[in-house]
Amino acid sequence: MGLEQKLGDMGFVTVRLEEAVNWARTNAMWPMLFGLACCAIEMMAAQASNYDLSRFGMELMRASPRQSDLMIVAGRVTRKMAPVLRRLYDQMPEPKWVISMGDCASTGGVFNNYAVVQGVDEVVPVDVYVAGCPPRPEALIHGIITLHEKVKGEKLVKWA
Amino acid sequence: MNEKLQPVVDALTQRFDAQVSEFRGQVRLLLSREHIVAAATALRDEFGFEMLTEQTAVDYWPQESPRFHIVYGFTSWQHNLRILLRVPLPGDDPVVPTLENVYPNANWHERELWDMFGIRVDGHSDLRRILMPHDWVGHPLRKDYPLGYEEVQFSFNHEEIQVRKPQPKD
Amino acid sequence: MRTPVILEDGMSNVTLSAVSLDEIKHLVSDRAIEGETVLLNMGPQHPSTHGVLRLLLELDGETIVNCVPDIGFLHTGVEKNMEAKRYLQAEVMTDRLDYLNTMGNNLVYCLAVEKLVDLDVPPRAQAIRVIMTELQRIASHLVWLATHALDLGAMSVFLYCFRERENILDIMEMVSGQRMMTTYFRPGGLWRDVPVGFEEAVRQFLRLFPARIEQYEDLLTNNPIFIDRTKGIGVLSKEDALAWGLTGPIIRGSGIPYDLRKVQPYSGYEQYDFDVPTREEGDVYARYLVRMEEMRQSLRIIRQALDGLPYGPVRSNNRKFVPPPRSEIGTSMEALIHHFKIWTDGFPAPKNSVFISVESPRGELGVYLEGDGGNKPYRVHFRTPSFVNLQALPMLSKGHLVADLVGIIGSIDIVLGDVDR
Repeated sequence: MGLEQKLGDMGFVTVRLEEAVNWARTNAMWPMLFGLACCAIEMMAAQASNYDLSRFGMELMRASPRQSDLMIVAGRVTRKMAPVLRRLYDQMPEPKWVISMGDCASTGGVFNNYAVVQGVDEVVPVDVYVAGCPPRPEALIHGIITLHEKVKGEKLVKWA
Repeated sequence: MNEKLQPVVDALTQRFDAQVSEFRGQVRLLLSREHIVAAATALRDEFGFEMLTEQTAVDYWPQESPRFHIVYGFTSWQHNLRILLRVPLPGDDPVVPTLENVYPNANWHERELWDMFGIRVDGHSDLRRILMPHDWVGHPLRKDYPLGYEEVQFSFNHEEIQVRKPQPKD
Repeated sequence: MRTPVILEDGMSNVTLSAVSLDEIKHLVSDRAIEGETVLLNMGPQHPSTHGVLRLLLELDGETIVNCVPDIGFLHTGVEKNMEAKRYLQAEVMTDRLDYLNTMGNNLVYCLAVEKLVDLDVPPRAQAIRVIMTELQRIASHLVWLATHALDLGAMSVFLYCFRERENILDIMEMVSGQRMMTTYFRPGGLWRDVPVGFEEAVRQFLRLFPARIEQYEDLLTNNPIFIDRTKGIGVLSKEDALAWGLTGPIIRGSGIPYDLRKVQPYSGYEQYDFDVPTREEGDVYARYLVRMEEMRQSLRIIRQALDGLPYGPVRSNNRKFVPPPRSEIGTSMEALIHHFKIWTDGFPAPKNSVFISVESPRGELGVYLEGDGGNKPYRVHFRTPSFVNLQALPMLSKGHLVADLVGIIGSIDIVLGDVDR
């Protein structure tokens, strides 16, 4: 926002409301602690020492959907799990975003059969798809940064 | 065949009229469902097979009698032995007695048999679906159950399939 | 089959149909029906159930009266899907069963196919298989230790364990190109030989890791909080362990030295000198000690296998089942035909069945494979250790506090992909 240049002796700064809100939203986006399958292990690896997701303001994984802004669907969604997933999504407060992590969550992956939902976008709206089986932690981080860019571009009229 | 396994096989063939076959050194006995509980009890109490390692089924549809084979795997830790029993079942009456009272871990294996193959287990304490949702229709691992798949969208049929697919909102 | 119905907002119909109390009445005590005890739902979304496990708990205050596991939230239909694929294609499905033990799943499937079609494996391939599965065992135990300790409140162990796990994943990526879903073992040998630098990378890990195990032990083994949370919790007797068919560290924690690598060696495990650690206590703490010692034994096996790593081919020479090397295709018509046949049509397997099992980090991982004379498996069934071991959870948790349930689940070390298949 170029805060340093604008900040004079007067102690206040002017900024567009959109930008301020979107900045706040991107820098404290709390994901839900919600792993389904293999990708959840890579999500844990992204949280852990080598990749350190907290550099992006996402270190607080909340186990309760009521406290989280972002749902990372990490792994294959089965027909038995889909209603649960939808309920968790409905329990999350607005604004909320969804990252579909991995091939299984995005398209069904190698499991084109009776048990697996062919893409979680049949159940919840998805903002960012991350490819890979499973995606590397870097790929997940890239997906998150892509989501940040998307959120930074959100308009006031869309909030309603 | 393992020498230590020979007396076990002989006893089971004599007592329960089982047929022995061997493939690549693995012994399996085919016996009828009336004898399976007695055979399992004998294996546990007389021959030291403490563990029920495996229990599953194979569907030979469209063949009707027998349509299913149930496969039991028993392991003896103290004698280091393993034996497979097979029980054929007709397609119009797929019922098998439970082994729960002999080996308690048969409980979940048998629930899986019911869930995946629709094989009813007589005398089971809790015969509910285990893997599929409780209101699911059909038994997925039967051969006459379709695998179920989604069509792949190419450029020539993209529009057509797009109409049928569930869509995310906004 | 439940067909998806499209709702007004464009989503699939995913209604959550409730189970009536009548259906589960026989699972809870009469006191629950009268309202004296509380029924509590735990999962499928819960940070400490290690995946999508759902538990229905009947509680008397804080004490567990009854615990009813509900599984299947990750049922992927792997067994059915494998029937629709050729033997080689089906192998990629095995990785995704137990996603902490991908090499082990590949190994058991390859051993079963090799047994079914009677295929030989060269000694170099066997030794590399041993090295990779043992590395995988350490990686799996590291994830177990990380999450188990995290559940009991020790956050830093999680960070340390994942640091070392990355070293192993780097080695796996080096040999196969993938961090987790490797599909590196193939029927008849390996996908390809290990690259230059593999031996040095493994040796580097061997030098580094013993000190790191000491580090974890310093953090936990004598930690009074950890001991309070684990000693005397979830005690399993020898008799129960055998009757319930439990395998792996959980049965070795109860004093039974049952390890398939020792009693029914495969892939040349008989050549290596290692111990099977056991403890007599049978509680959560004993299982922790067994797994820590197992990591050390795995290091011993890797060191021996690496020292005696033979030279030679890594794939069988049986051209009917194993594709010829690339270099041969340009010069030999027959090799080209074999290459074409294997990649377009696969290979046929006899109309018979085999049952093979190996020791996975969680216990006995078995596969029942049946062929029908064609190029696709007729029936594949995985006897997964987590499925069998999880059955003991109600027995282990009865009479304990809810807080201890988390430790007991952790000590069984379930992977839900392995439970539900």
